[in-house]
Amino acid sequence: MTPVEVEDVEIRLLLEGVQQVYGYDFRDYAAASIKRRLTQWLAESGFDTFSQAQSRLLRDPELFFSLLQGITVNVTEMFRDPSFFKALREQVVPFLKTYPFVKIWHAGCASGEEAYSMAILLNEEGMAGRYRMYATDIDEAVLQKAAAGVMPMAEMQKYTRNYQKAGGKASFADYYTARYDRAILSADLKQSIVFAPHNLAADAEFGEMNMVLCRNVMIYFKPALKERCLDLFDNSLLSGGFLCLGLKETLEKRKMSARYDELVAGTRIYRKRYG
Amino acid sequence: MAEQTIPQTPNLRAVAIGVSSGGVRALKILLGALPEDFPLPVLVVQHISPEAGNGMARLLDNYCAIRVKEADEQDEVRPATVYLAPPNYHLLVEREGRLALSADPPVSFARPSVDVLFESAAEVFGAGLVGIVLTGANFDGAAGVRAIKAHGGLVIVQDPADAETPQMPAAALAAVKADHVLALAAMPALLRRLAAATAPRAEAADA
Ligand SMILES: C[S@@+](CC[C@H](N)C(=O)[O-])C[C@H]1O[C@@H](n2cnc3c(N)ncnc32)[C@H](O)[C@@H]1O
Repeated sequence: MTPVEVEDVEIRLLLEGVQQVYGYDFRDYAAASIKRRLTQWLAESGFDTFSQAQSRLLRDPELFFSLLQGITVNVTEMFRDPSFFKALREQVVPFLKTYPFVKIWHAGCASGEEAYSMAILLNEEGMAGRYRMYATDIDEAVLQKAAAGVMPMAEMQKYTRNYQKAGGKASFADYYTARYDRAILSADLKQSIVFAPHNLAADAEFGEMNMVLCRNVMIYFKPALKERCLDLFDNSLLSGGFLCLGLKETLEKRKMSARYDELVAGTRIYRKRYG
Repeated sequence: MAEQTIPQTPNLRAVAIGVSSGGVRALKILLGALPEDFPLPVLVVQHISPEAGNGMARLLDNYCAIRVKEADEQDEVRPATVYLAPPNYHLLVEREGRLALSADPPVSFARPSVDVLFESAAEVFGAGLVGIVLTGANFDGAAGVRAIKAHGGLVIVQDPADAETPQMPAAALAAVKADHVLALAAMPALLRRLAAATAPRAEAADA
């Protein structure tokens, strides 16, 4: 066996142990990315090998918590992919407006930037008070950040640009107050968002959703886990509901693709058929 | 003749290319000179604006004989195809020879990052990987070529004197002892020779 193969074995054993001791299942995550993250964690942890780290990890919840933080990389931004949010505003919101009330699930919401972007968009389109968003993530630490709604001031310039490109109608600065190096999001954006823990690898669906967004989460999963997630989303969505994926994720070649139509090619916004 | 100059080449399995500023021109010269039936897959990270769209893949596909496409997750890595990392995503290779994308933070200030591609490709293809560092204004790729060498692969670097922007090739050369340092214009012939020496059924034709 080559050293690379031995390390692959060590990682498999470690993830198996983590699953059994802590209940978090990362065995179906695509190997290349998770190995990169684990290797980075190992370098910072001071252990020489994964085998060496394992005996401590399985006994020390705090050490496991640091590993968890290393595995769940929560990068996100407001109005990431402005063209996607523009399409939401122009192509999807007109449908949503025909309902008295809509329910939206953001799966893998990280620190909430995407959910807050959505809230801004819906409020600007006159839907304030007519929607509830369930924003979920496996990582409870990042959910606390999300609920606080505080962002680094340094990002605001970029978010303002994104917002404008996404067809924003007001001034982005109206949505936050600057305090030193932080931007505090205005309270009325939070009103209709519920942040809650949810593990896509283990937990059940949310019922009766008009829309599910899961962007840049399933790219980290092996095909079987991806299929599980898509089934969850399919079961959560009402007919005529919308499924939104990341720009490099598609329903092509998936079992459920026959029941969905891409709204505009390339937007990765799919609509569930009736019947 | 050409075959004798590279006697103990192990079986090559893939080519990985990293390029930054000056990339379009460089890729046109390098990829544009590869034949339609080039017997290896070619994986490319070019630093590009996050909002660039997939125009670059189309542009190169129109220009080159070899097929060029933007990498999709789960793409099976096949010969005679160039896979371009999409803007704003890292490109990685899985053990089964499939491609994977990631939205992890930038590495060496870049997403896609040359280091990320080279490191994951080195693990999968080992001594069968050829890594190429071309023109660029940063040091992305330096850690990557170190990984390629550590796994027994081959490293080719554009002569900094020949590069539109010399920093990136210079950083790669500072990191490892490259197997070949040469001008861009000479690279297609070298690649064809390496590929011909490795693929038993391909004709060693370019002499
Ligand atoms: C790259 S972020 C994507 C954030 C956001 N959706 C976006 O596109 O900007 C991926 C998120 O997925 C979460 N995640 C990873 N595994 C998960 C799982 N099994 N269940 C739920 N969330 C998960 C991570 O914690 C992380 O916050």
